[in-house]
Amino acid sequence: MRKLIVGVAALSATALLAACGGGGGGGNEAEPTTGSSAEETTSAAAGGAGEIVIWVDANREPGVIAASEKFEEETGVAVTVVQKEFGDIRSDFLALVPTGEGPDIAVGAHDWLGSFIVNGVISSVDLADKTSEFSDVSLEAFTWEGQLYGLPTAVESVGLIRNTELAPDPVGGTFEEMVASGEATGAQYPFLIKTGPEGDAYTYYAFQTSFGAPVFQQNDDGSYASELGMGEEGGQAFATWLAENGQTGTGLLNTDITLDIAEAEFMAGNSPYIIDGPWNVAKYEDAGLTIAVDPIPAAGPETAAPFVGVQGFYLSAQSQNQLLATDFLVNYMATQEAQTAIYTSDPRPPAMNAVADSLADDPVLTGFLAAAENGAPMPSIPEMNSVWDFWGVTQASIISGAAEAGPAWDKMIADINGAIG
Amino acid sequence: MSVTTTRGAEPLPTTSHARNWRPGYAVKLLLMALVNAFGVYTIWAAYLQSSWGIAIGSAVILVVVDWIYFAKRTLPLKYIVPGLLFLLVFQLGSMLYTGYVAFTNYSTGHNTTMDQAVDAIMIQNERRSEDSPSYPLVVVRDEDALGFAILDGETVRVGTAEEALADAPDAVVDGTSIVEVPGWEVVPRTDVLTDQELQEAVLALRVPVSEDAEEGSIRTREGSTGAVYRSSLEYDQDAGTMTDTASGVVYHADQQQGLFVAEDGTALTVGWRVHVGFDNFTRAFTEADYSTAFLRIVLWTFAFAALSVASAFLVGLALAIVFDDTRLRARKLMRTLFVLPYAFPAFLSALLWRGMLNPNPQYGLINDWFFFDAYIRWLSDPFLAKVALLVVNLWLSFPYWFVITTGALQSLPDDVMEAARIDGAGGWRTWRSITLPLLLVSTAPLLIASFAFNFNNFALIFMLTGGGPRFTDTSAALGHTDILISMIYQISGAAGGRSDYGLASALSILVFLVVGTISALAFRQTRKLEEIL
Repeated sequence: MRKLIVGVAALSATALLAACGGGGGGGNEAEPTTGSSAEETTSAAAGGAGEIVIWVDANREPGVIAASEKFEEETGVAVTVVQKEFGDIRSDFLALVPTGEGPDIAVGAHDWLGSFIVNGVISSVDLADKTSEFSDVSLEAFTWEGQLYGLPTAVESVGLIRNTELAPDPVGGTFEEMVASGEATGAQYPFLIKTGPEGDAYTYYAFQTSFGAPVFQQNDDGSYASELGMGEEGGQAFATWLAENGQTGTGLLNTDITLDIAEAEFMAGNSPYIIDGPWNVAKYEDAGLTIAVDPIPAAGPETAAPFVGVQGFYLSAQSQNQLLATDFLVNYMATQEAQTAIYTSDPRPPAMNAVADSLADDPVLTGFLAAAENGAPMPSIPEMNSVWDFWGVTQASIISGAAEAGPAWDKMIADINGAIG
Repeated sequence: MSVTTTRGAEPLPTTSHARNWRPGYAVKLLLMALVNAFGVYTIWAAYLQSSWGIAIGSAVILVVVDWIYFAKRTLPLKYIVPGLLFLLVFQLGSMLYTGYVAFTNYSTGHNTTMDQAVDAIMIQNERRSEDSPSYPLVVVRDEDALGFAILDGETVRVGTAEEALADAPDAVVDGTSIVEVPGWEVVPRTDVLTDQELQEAVLALRVPVSEDAEEGSIRTREGSTGAVYRSSLEYDQDAGTMTDTASGVVYHADQQQGLFVAEDGTALTVGWRVHVGFDNFTRAFTEADYSTAFLRIVLWTFAFAALSVASAFLVGLALAIVFDDTRLRARKLMRTLFVLPYAFPAFLSALLWRGMLNPNPQYGLINDWFFFDAYIRWLSDPFLAKVALLVVNLWLSFPYWFVITTGALQSLPDDVMEAARIDGAGGWRTWRSITLPLLLVSTAPLLIASFAFNFNNFALIFMLTGGGPRFTDTSAALGHTDILISMIYQISGAAGGRSDYGLASALSILVFLVVGTISALAFRQTRKLEEIL
């Protein structure tokens, strides 16, 4: 009896296994004709033959899917769009590309370029004649040592957002004029800029460049050298300006104004101006404000040039389907149709000239494009990574009065140079 | 078939309960069938991916599991194995990998294998000639060679990797696309797109423009257009050298550093991972940037963990004693209220506290309500930031100890208390000699666990101070309230900036050793407490 039971058990187990195994194992036989479950598991990780995998954030996903449909139709190649958190893409791309599990194409910000280059995970992109269709700053941003490494889609920079109810007219070109007209409105704050205890070197950068102190020295073609450009007089003048307008000076700049506070006060109508980017426009408009966007006024003698951040698509160096991926990127994504689709799903100021022109009747968008025109791409050279850790914190300590402007700035320069090595 | 019970002096079962046919057995059979199905599926999927390690590992695990649940003598294992397996898969795997990384230079710039680094360097140094137009291109082949045919103005030119471009006067052109090239088979574009091997061959193919190598070669990136490219580096795989074709500088592969290095010390951009022995373990102590910060961070980590546990335990215990007094009214309500801080997610509370601790009384509630609108820099002064962290952590964790000690107090034996009272012990004496020792028997293991938790309390540090305020005397991006785990996070580059996984892994192992040793020692001490009973 016992033997019989064991026998039955073994039989039924085998039968069950066969049934379950059939689902997984059948995939092999059925693979050439139908997309079976086994095939799907392989494809999710890395592009198999005749297929490309694209990592994209939730906002841009519909745009990329729209662009990929035409490609799939014309070439018969399957495009798998994998949705990921934008902030996770950088580290996941770095970690997974070397293992062969990475995507063929991934969306990203141009300032990741430096670490992607030294880690050897991206391939160059040749847009050939199409380069003339994109704005110069967007191409500059994805260029490293004279070679292009990505397809730009959006160009962003901070600008001076104006609450038209409080300040109906565009402001003059200098910081003093802006403060004067801000004070004339009688609002609680003449202007707002988010600072916080860790500082915000990104948002402050336009003011810094107006003193002629770019973070890195720029070559004649606009690319950045690896020598710091803010260690000279310009940088010191900016540091002095921070102290003069900080909490021990005029109080216009204040580390207590964190991101949340700045946004909340502006939405409450307590300030006519805020330095902010296009990503917050929807928030302000939802709060019932009517806004306009102007270029950032200069605090120093030169033009205030904010950082321009460019977003676009990278091509993996270890892609098994680089030819397909390049074909998709250059011949299907670098088109007005696809770029418009991406703009529609994620409305950021577009990098493609034709798309920008078609949106000329949107004043906020053109305002940001004008603000970005003054700007310079945020450096993507690997050395930039070493700057962030010290930059904002030092500015914050000068603004709060915790440190003396001159020595603190000098120490920051020394620290950054030490970190760059 | 005999009745199978294990109780008393009844006869021993003739069959193991593992094979006895009862409803429970059917359920087990079903569950095991599912386990087997899943196991076989995993093995099959791993086989398809050519992940041999996973395939063999899962096969071994599956066989072992089957043996355990169908054999007679494996009763204890039946209970232990599921937990053991999960430990193996989810803990040991990542621990072993951390251990492996700690002995490599895995970091920004050393992210890949040497082959991939070579790929990347070649990609970065192959440039399109600035004056080169884009030519319409088709892929052609004969029996043994793959080649390109390009349309240069009106003429079609054909070449292979060995033979430079030559005119093909009889080729047929339709508009800008090459239809036919005599002597060659034009490969349809769909073939190029769908055949992966062909695709890779096409990508790797370089057709020299002329006999003169200086003129560069035709290359295609997407299979339909070509352009002239020149490479400024030449890789010699056997010698392991990169040679700059313009300057003649030779870069040797240095397997110690994982870089291509020239005589004068300059290196090429992309490096690869190599083993570096114990370098990472000594760097924290020897490298100037880290060594000054490291010691202070270690001390603060111990202080933070110890003070957090001690303060929360004492406050929780004091409240528990007060609310243990039956004379108090509305005890249940009060007790419930005290648990509230514990009921909120800790990281959310930390963020709230961060806002409330804003130094400006206009925004910061703490300064506004409790410090007469004074401007106190809670989070940017090195000492006050530490105080703030401890206070917030106290607020977050005293309810836990309140609950634990309330339970423990209520379970203390009344007779011992009574005996103490009869022996003439006063309140303090009873508490000191009876209550506290008895309490510690049951709570000491929790104190140790809590210490270990606070030793690695990353969420609170990250959310409240982010490690700041920054040290001013070191170039490392570390601060006064950084504990070891947040230092590791900073070094790993997860927050952005340069990442050094090798050093971060080595430090993680050190932290593990510290916490492990302390816990082991402390648990041994608690055993002594039990002897009081």
